[in-house]
Amino acid sequence: MVFDETKMNSLADATSQPDVAGRSLWADARRRFFRNKAALLGLGLLIFVVCFAIFGNYIAAWNNSDIDYNVMGDASLSGPSLSNGHYFGVDDLGRDLFARTVQGTQISLLVGIIGSAIAVIVGTVYGAIAGYFGGRVDGVMMRIVDILLAIPYMFVLILLLVMYGRSIGMLFVGVGLISWLEMSRIVRGQTLTLKNRDYVEAARAIGVPPLTIIRRHILPNLVGVVVVFATLLVPLMILTESFISFLGLGVQEPQTSLGALISEGAGTMNYGTLWQLAFPLFFFIITLFGFYFVGDGLRDALDPKER
Amino acid sequence: MIVYILKRLAVAIPTLLVLIIVSYMLMHFAPGNPFSSERAVSPEIMKNLDAKYGLNLPLWEQIVHYLWQVVAHFDFGPSFVYKDRTVNDIIAQGFPVTLTYGFLSFIAAVAVGVGLGITSAIRRNSWLDYCAVGLSIGAQVLPNFVMAPILVLIFTLGLHWLPGGGWSFHDPRFWILPVIALSTSYMASITRITRSSMLDVLGSNHIRTARAKGLPNRKVILRHALKPALVPVVSYLGPAFVSMITGSVIVDVYFSTGGIGKSFVDSALNRDYAVMMGVTILLGTLTILFNLVVDILYAWIDPKIRY
Repeated sequence: MVFDETKMNSLADATSQPDVAGRSLWADARRRFFRNKAALLGLGLLIFVVCFAIFGNYIAAWNNSDIDYNVMGDASLSGPSLSNGHYFGVDDLGRDLFARTVQGTQISLLVGIIGSAIAVIVGTVYGAIAGYFGGRVDGVMMRIVDILLAIPYMFVLILLLVMYGRSIGMLFVGVGLISWLEMSRIVRGQTLTLKNRDYVEAARAIGVPPLTIIRRHILPNLVGVVVVFATLLVPLMILTESFISFLGLGVQEPQTSLGALISEGAGTMNYGTLWQLAFPLFFFIITLFGFYFVGDGLRDALDPKER
Repeated sequence: MIVYILKRLAVAIPTLLVLIIVSYMLMHFAPGNPFSSERAVSPEIMKNLDAKYGLNLPLWEQIVHYLWQVVAHFDFGPSFVYKDRTVNDIIAQGFPVTLTYGFLSFIAAVAVGVGLGITSAIRRNSWLDYCAVGLSIGAQVLPNFVMAPILVLIFTLGLHWLPGGGWSFHDPRFWILPVIALSTSYMASITRITRSSMLDVLGSNHIRTARAKGLPNRKVILRHALKPALVPVVSYLGPAFVSMITGSVIVDVYFSTGGIGKSFVDSALNRDYAVMMGVTILLGTLTILFNLVVDILYAWIDPKIRY
């Protein structure tokens, strides 16, 4: 997982600045975000994808598991058509590709969001504790992260999936296991600067216990970095899942994901059934674009220095 | 400098041990057994099988034995599925292929990425710059498993220029598509990183001084701007290498190049744990060694690093 570290650090500095009188950081950020055209485009794409995933099944004329024997196996009939209700055509087993794409988008979004959520919870707590306590605790905790980061995680993830069953649940566990590492590093860096603030010292002086200080005074100030990072993490999780599903090692039938659909489409494109590749690919690409643009936009909005 | 290298080694070696031990434990605690199949095997035979592969010993003894075999003899043991082949045989067969196109892709990504990044930074806001920026944004959402089918669609099915799969050490036409598929997204990242750091450097004081004393443009760029501009690029090489290794799995599977990634996926589908672990450990070692080299290179190129 690669992030532009200098940008993230600069963002961390910006969100940890004390507020100036007048507009709050968040009001200011909102204004800047809505002036950013790329970010708005990204937001629009994301809203479209989410609506497609949630409401797509109400539009679909077919169920995602029913086989349409009338068009199955005939490349000239199984293409996209409005008249027979297969808006995106059918897949090579004769199932409606529109309904399948809805299903795949749902799973991909879910994997991305859950992976990112695990990263937010585990990474934030881990990083905040390491950063706040410092010293030897910090050294040991961060060395563990360093070691885990150096492992080619995709292989370990596949190892995990193959050995402990290829289910969606296992996929969430596996993706969650690796996603928090970078997050904890960034949160720790931010915590190191926060813990020397006067209000933290004041809290310590009146005897607030460390974990309460972390919860009440450190964590709320981390929100900016965490939100941006979590947004940028979602597409990476989706990529990871799609990668594994493309190899046939991830989500299993009858469940599907965008990666699995792209893989199926890529396998059958010799027969001229290009729509089987094109539609899942389209949704895959606009989802990634959406998250990247929104993430970048949020970062620029929260950190006016970096432009 | 020697102390620095030793310090890095002190992280690298435990990382390697953790990788080996963790993957062995994962295998040990996995439900089922490498020999469990649909055909029922009598307990006596199972016992003999376990004894043959050393699976009847206590866990720590197995791990120590495996570690010793791997570290001292580079011996990953026998395959659990193919009776006449050892893991070493399987690796020796595929590894040269992966190494060849992996090396070519890495060179291509770095050479084109750095070249394009520098050129577009020097000619900021020219059409070349816009093309480079546009390409690098586009390639962000075109990971290798999306690139591969698209490339085959265009160059093999559409234009009939290049073979869509297979491998030959003597015929470079087989190398082109794998290399493009594997290197494009890293090329894009390297272009983006080089461009932005070059722009930073070109705005700094020592460049202004160099220009003020009348140095020709070429000399300013090559002698004074290039080295500091490459620092962030070097720090990106480690993560890029890791993801390229991961990406080689896609290339091996999609282009049937016969590389090591294909063995990995096959062994994952066959539950051939010995091969999976062998490949994971081999690629993990490669990653860790490469990161070591990058760290040393980094310390050498960036005088601000303290060691």
